Amino acid sequence: MCQVDEEYNGQLEHRVTPRVSKKCVKCKENTAVLIIRAGDAFCRGCFKEYFIHKFRAMLGKNRVIFPGEKVLLAVSGGPASSSMLSQVQEGLSRDAPKKLRFHPGIIYIDEGGASGQSMEERERAVAQLESVFRDTNYHYHIVHLEQVLSLPSSVLEAGSSATEKPQTGSSYKAAVDQFIQTKKNQHPDLSVENTQSHLSSLSMQEVQNGVTSPITPEHTQALQRLFASVRTLTAKEDLLHTLRQHLILHTARTQGYTKVMMGDSCSRLAIKLLSNISLGRGASLATDTGFSDPRYGDVVIVRPMRDYSSKEIAYYNRMFDIPSVFIPGLDTKAQDKASIQHLTESFVTKLQTDFPSTVSTIYRTSEKLHTACPPQNTNTQPSAKCLLCLCALDTKLEEFSAYQATLISEQLSQRRGPGTAAAPGLPPASSAGQGQCYSSGGGQRQGCITGEGGCCSSAKEPETVDLKSLLCYSCRLTIKDMTAEDALPQYILSEAERRKRRSQMREEISEFLLDEEEDEAILRVNGSL
Amino acid sequence: FLLPLGLTHPHLLFGSVKEHHVTLPNQSEPWDMKQLLVWIRGNMLKERPELFVQGDTVRPGILVLINDADWELMGELEYELQDKDNVVFISTLHGG
Repeated sequence: MCQVDEEYNGQLEHRVTPRVSKKCVKCKENTAVLIIRAGDAFCRGCFKEYFIHKFRAMLGKNRVIFPGEKVLLAVSGGPASSSMLSQVQEGLSRDAPKKLRFHPGIIYIDEGGASGQSMEERERAVAQLESVFRDTNYHYHIVHLEQVLSLPSSVLEAGSSATEKPQTGSSYKAAVDQFIQTKKNQHPDLSVENTQSHLSSLSMQEVQNGVTSPITPEHTQALQRLFASVRTLTAKEDLLHTLRQHLILHTARTQGYTKVMMGDSCSRLAIKLLSNISLGRGASLATDTGFSDPRYGDVVIVRPMRDYSSKEIAYYNRMFDIPSVFIPGLDTKAQDKASIQHLTESFVTKLQTDFPSTVSTIYRTSEKLHTACPPQNTNTQPSAKCLLCLCALDTKLEEFSAYQATLISEQLSQRRGPGTAAAPGLPPASSAGQGQCYSSGGGQRQGCITGEGGCCSSAKEPETVDLKSLLCYSCRLTIKDMTAEDALPQYILSEAERRKRRSQMREEISEFLLDEEEDEAILRVNGSL
Repeated sequence: FLLPLGLTHPHLLFGSVKEHHVTLPNQSEPWDMKQLLVWIRGNMLKERPELFVQGDTVRPGILVLINDADWELMGELEYELQDKDNVVFISTLHGG
């Protein structure tokens, strides 16, 4: 130390040099600077290689991104998504034969309206991120969360996948080969083509960036009203997540992107896995935490960062100067027990310090999860999917199911007599309110369907109860925490109404519908006549 | 002695200043990380100390880099500080 009168004599034995210079386990030459997992020390160069290699290996192993596809990168400004952005840049820039081949775009969702930031803070953050995005020369879209209020209700429908590509290795290889061939043929004019496409993309960027409509304070207030009507932070975070997904999906669909890359790291996915179980989303664990999430049909969500722990990402960003912007969220500086998600996060991170294999164990467990039946069934009617999260509805009332048990205990704990109020799960008495529209004859019915809520406006009250039957278990819990369901964005409410009417109609004409199983019954009936 | 202190996400707790140059008061024994944390907690943390320091060590989820190297390689809390050491605290808890 640099002090004059320091005594070394008596304390020399104590001072075991803590600086044990370990050698990198890979190249065995340079000094290690980082420990990953449980005890693997890497030097700077080897770490960089390892990091970059993992990204490509992840994309190469799961061959879902085909050459030439448009891929939307969802960047939140945080370390993992910023790292993902830099990996994509890295992967697209190399001239190696194995370079990544797709057309990226960037989306950033400004959630300041929901997390209570002032306009200046939001604009500052957006400006910072814009400068980062401009450096990448990709299209970027800045979307404000307030725009969720003007989404069309078609967002809630799963589209059919545009190209029915069988996910076999051979077709992927064929696609890659074909792509390389076409590129080779165009090689002489490559420079011209590049500048042309670059110019056109720049001009498109102009147009697209201008499209983000300025938001008015009324929009922000409506959004704040929505979030203020949610009582618990758990439900708020869940709702925010859902709305964010809808916005990303909408942007992807309107701008022609077929894939979306999310920057969820391994640690974050482990936390998500556990908190989803606590939230009641166990049925959709595989799609929520797996590499690819096909529930939206035409747009597939992929998670290429799922193999990176947050330590690796933080380290890489620091060492190689990856710009990331810190944006406070809903749960910044919140107490540990403020929400289920936050509590799970602190649980997992604490456990991870004592048992460094926690996160990787959870991750490996999640890799083994697969959905039993294909989640994307074009035959499934939209009513069989949850209104908000588009996963399969898991709340069909079967006899003796666990779900029915929770409903009964809920009823009992509300101290109502069995005859007074209708249980939420049984065919709601509120359908009588809707039924009025139908019983008044054919002519009225036409007006009802086309009138999009014209005559149903009187039945607004029972409508709120009906919303629950369109939702999966955990979305129900989220909505239950809301005090004012009409604060939900219009597209959700109108889609809910539409589905309700559809299912009513289906019930009414169900006896006339031709069904495979019913054909036999009809034949039997005819035979007996 | 002088100690540049860098902070990524925890900077909110330190009055939103990301970089601090810190001169630690002289003392007979060399400063180690444990004492540094106690000193930071006492002198620099503006609010919510439990979000940064837990018990003897930093809160789980906060990475510590000493001269751009993982502090686990340096002995963690037992590492003895030297003049002009660069200590960086990175929070891995926030977002991605």
